[in-house]
Amino acid sequence: MTMGITELLGFGPQGWGMPLLSAAGITLVAATGGFLVGSLLGLCGAALKLSRTPALRWIGNFYTTFFRGIPEILIVYLFYFGGSVVLTKIMNLGGLPGFFSLPALLIGVLAIGVVSGAYQTEAYRTAFMRLDRGQLEAGSACGMSRFLLLRRIIAPQTLRFALPALGNIWQSVLKETALLSVIGLTELLRQAGTAAGSTREPLLFYGVAAVMFLVIGRITGFFIARTEKHLAKAWSR
Amino acid sequence: MIDWSFLIEVLQKLLAGLPLTLQLTGFSLLIGFILAVIVAAAAASRIRVFRWVANCHVELFRGTPLLVQIFLIYYGLGQIPELRQSFLWPFLREPYWCAVLALALNTSAYTAEIIRGAVQAVPAGEIEAARACGMSGFLLRRRIIWPIALRQGLPVYGSEIILMIKGTSLASIITLNEVTGIAYKLISSTYRIFEVFIVTGALYLLVTALTGLAISLIERRLNVHHAYRRT
Repeated sequence: MTMGITELLGFGPQGWGMPLLSAAGITLVAATGGFLVGSLLGLCGAALKLSRTPALRWIGNFYTTFFRGIPEILIVYLFYFGGSVVLTKIMNLGGLPGFFSLPALLIGVLAIGVVSGAYQTEAYRTAFMRLDRGQLEAGSACGMSRFLLLRRIIAPQTLRFALPALGNIWQSVLKETALLSVIGLTELLRQAGTAAGSTREPLLFYGVAAVMFLVIGRITGFFIARTEKHLAKAWSR
Repeated sequence: MIDWSFLIEVLQKLLAGLPLTLQLTGFSLLIGFILAVIVAAAAASRIRVFRWVANCHVELFRGTPLLVQIFLIYYGLGQIPELRQSFLWPFLREPYWCAVLALALNTSAYTAEIIRGAVQAVPAGEIEAARACGMSGFLLRRRIIWPIALRQGLPVYGSEIILMIKGTSLASIITLNEVTGIAYKLISSTYRIFEVFIVTGALYLLVTALTGLAISLIERRLNVHHAYRRT
């Protein structure tokens, strides 16, 4: 009954070390996936918001206001329940009876992606606004096509200006993955909950989960800061 | 096509949870702000231990998910026998106070950083001018530092308030029936996901938009002396 902390957290047959580590891997996968989906949506959102067509701008504004104004957990529920309703309808129409649901990881990546996309929209938009218009004019005066302008002038500078904000968004995406425990994804928090339930040591296991979130955040934050420094080199005089 | 009577029924049920959502937000912001002032003061203190504790507090509560903090408090604290015997236990046994405590601790870390940033952003020239006029200590803070810091920090604090409103939704996971808790129950009992989601989303948007509006009105009042800058 009485097991030491080292045994509980160890990698032995009774230890929770391995399950917790692999759950941390799931957390990292969900966060990375969500962030990448969010980048895609963020770029589209920024393009919409910077568009000359009022209707497109309106869509962009609606996207960012809506998904930044309501709790993330509701969006997770929307994708969780909504996804299975839509999928079941499609499958039933296709002649396959029964109930269908999407894998929790996919739902999580999509839900987190949609939310972080709204925040990333703002990051890319403000970064784009900081571009020096003169450089764009100079570029087109040199005969660069729109694609070349995008590749040589717009993309590298926008990325560099957006990076600090993107770093913050990454940190909140990482923390948001904890919400996916409620839809049954065995990420860090859920695994810690399982361990806490079976050993009756909630303080220890939720504490360990907290520390692991801190460590992942610190390590990834370190690399983001290094990239930031690296990209800033070209601008330092 | 749209089943208005169902939407209105959903709205009525959700509105019953709105007071709890607002109460959780209000309580945790109030307690969190008081804690944040203490933490910010400790972070700016000359005593190294105070600075260290304050930095740890900020790092811990900003670096971990709010849900982990809620679980640590709700499930974890009961494990400490000394706490179970103390006068605090009648409070900490209740999910309501656990949620308030977790939310307050969480916002205190963010708010402490907002306060620190706002005070640091007070222009040195203003402080020098005040010192040259003979102000120091409390008078300098009351007349110069705090009013300027308030103006600097208010917009950021406004988004922290909105984050807190959204954060209270996690209290539903530890059985509290605030707006999200009711929405979840409605979704799982009626399975009309999209309708319930739209109404719940609209309700949260309304609350967050009104909060944003209130903050910008206060901001405008505080910056009345800059009014000429607007066209």
